[in-house]
Amino acid sequence: MSKIKIVNLQKSFGDFTAVKNSNLTINDKEFFVLLGPSGCGKTTTLRMIAGLELPTSGEIYLGDEEVGMLRASERDIAFVFQLFALYPHMNVKNNLSFPLKMQGYSRSEIKTRVEEAAKLLRIDHILNSNISSLSGGDRQRVALGRALVRRPKAFLMDEPLGTLDAEFRELMCLELKKLHIDIGATTVYVTHDQLEAMSLADRIAVMDGGEILQADEPSVIYNKPATKFVASFIGSPGMNFISIDQGISNEQSTLKIEGTDFIIPKQHEISKGKKNSFGIRPENLSLTNEGGLKGSVFGVEYLGSRKIVTVKTNFGEIKVKTDISTSVKINENVQVKPSNDNIIIFDGETDKSLKSEFMN
Amino acid sequence: MDTSRSYLEPSSFSKKLAATIIIVYTVITLIPISWMVMTSFKNVNSAISYPPEVLFEPSLEGYVNLFTNRSRQSQEYLDSLPAPETWYEELVRSREMVITGPSKFLGRYSNSMIIGFGSTFASVFLGALAAYAFSRFRVPLKDDLLFFILSTRMFPPIAVAVPIFIMYRKLGLGDTHLGMIILYTVVNLSLAVWLLKGFMDEIPKEYEEAAMIDGYSRLQAFFKVVLPQAMTGIAATAIFCMIFSWNEYAFAVLLTQFNAQTAPPFIPTIIGEGGLDWPAIGAGTTLFLLPVMIFTIILRKHLLRGITFGAVRK
Repeated sequence: MSKIKIVNLQKSFGDFTAVKNSNLTINDKEFFVLLGPSGCGKTTTLRMIAGLELPTSGEIYLGDEEVGMLRASERDIAFVFQLFALYPHMNVKNNLSFPLKMQGYSRSEIKTRVEEAAKLLRIDHILNSNISSLSGGDRQRVALGRALVRRPKAFLMDEPLGTLDAEFRELMCLELKKLHIDIGATTVYVTHDQLEAMSLADRIAVMDGGEILQADEPSVIYNKPATKFVASFIGSPGMNFISIDQGISNEQSTLKIEGTDFIIPKQHEISKGKKNSFGIRPENLSLTNEGGLKGSVFGVEYLGSRKIVTVKTNFGEIKVKTDISTSVKINENVQVKPSNDNIIIFDGETDKSLKSEFMN
Repeated sequence: MDTSRSYLEPSSFSKKLAATIIIVYTVITLIPISWMVMTSFKNVNSAISYPPEVLFEPSLEGYVNLFTNRSRQSQEYLDSLPAPETWYEELVRSREMVITGPSKFLGRYSNSMIIGFGSTFASVFLGALAAYAFSRFRVPLKDDLLFFILSTRMFPPIAVAVPIFIMYRKLGLGDTHLGMIILYTVVNLSLAVWLLKGFMDEIPKEYEEAAMIDGYSRLQAFFKVVLPQAMTGIAATAIFCMIFSWNEYAFAVLLTQFNAQTAPPFIPTIIGEGGLDWPAIGAGTTLFLLPVMIFTIILRKHLLRGITFGAVRK
């Protein structure tokens, strides 16, 4: 297993730049997730690490070796495809031994390794089955097994759970995590599903428009998003933004919105312009009768343990996560107020979050 | 009224209509073929009798005549010969003839085999490589090249007979196996590239990528992963190529005479005493039909079996 480092990596297809000047370090034995909406460049980044695409510029280090221009077959990595790409003309056993045959292992060595991997993934009972007779989950396990048998330097996975149904996805998520703990392999995992990312990752890199916006632990990504995009993309529902037409000065700790003073964490950075936004997560808001932003209830979603109340205000729709006991009616007039100082100010010009006592 | 039938299922009337059309078509197609096979088992007289005989006494005379050269001898000479050792010698003697040697048929037939299978293999192999390249790589002027390849099929091949005849004379390819293999390969290649490109496009590129990640080079991945999955397309293409090169007549007449002459120009030249030897011609065409028939039957299961079914979730 090795650490992976990408330096100033860039990839263009004609006029379109899929990955812009990206830098990342993925530590040894880390479960690293590349997260972003479709077309953000996460898969292209992964494919460049794999050697399926060659970078336009920049370097990729696998361990200490620069591999940016090497063929995929020379890199010693394993790749799990979204559609699994199991060879349909071979049975499970041959699929698993296919990568080993190329490396010239002896028959008995191949047999041991295949059986070992099959046991680990609990597919030893279907070794002689045809691929077409397998269920989605078993195919997934075989695809993982094919990656596993070679003991590669790193595992790369491109939305491997994307085609499974929701129930199964949760199960495979757990299995993947356990597998990662068992074998401790450096893993780079691409997904657009933030829940999957949150539950699997040691660290997450959020990408958009070919750029890596933030790379950090899931809790940091959630609580201290570096940009407005990260804040809105992570969390369901995402963060609420209230546009404020005023500059932020150093040491500022209150903010006047619609005549009401709101306490904000002490700011450590001056905003560049006046068009900024005030960001707060739905669970940090509460409904109140006075001292908040005025609005009317637009919709109520029942989520079992919580309710999400959408309030229409002068600043657009604001989502509030409330207790199940809260009872509000549609069109009822309510006010929305922060229940703690978990508030982030985003600079309108750069879309980046401003440093504060909270966002240090 | 039967209401259990799904709306998607054809009605029993249309099923019957379809079956009728297929049966009628099959009968129409099979009449000439069965007449040919029957002729091959007739003797010279019953083959040309009028009204035609549908019921007749089968004879292998046509096949014997096909494989042998014979000469007519006087009764005294025949009587002076020792008794015939084999059934076919006896058959020939009964017609007051003796066998003077084997005919050229076997040689022509094996020429057909060499040229037919050789050019089919070459067309499919080269076609698969080209189709793969067109399907996967950024080939400059791809669309123009594909159109250009297709355009070679827009005129009947025989339209270029004269230039090819002259070229082959100058290059010394006339009446050679290699020359005929090249010619049929060139004619079939455009079909092979187009047919196979369609099949290659259907194979997700993830398979080769997986193989390349697993440590194989692109060419190895092509042979180990792509080709097995393109078997259906390869079988279909091979059948088309084989049928064309096996049946081709015009170029064979033009370009081959002795060394590399194939069966099609040879069979019509089988002449017996007093005109065409119809049973022998029938025997020749019947035997000529067999290889393509067997080849098609062998590959048929590949045509029907979608081996990639269910391997990738779409």
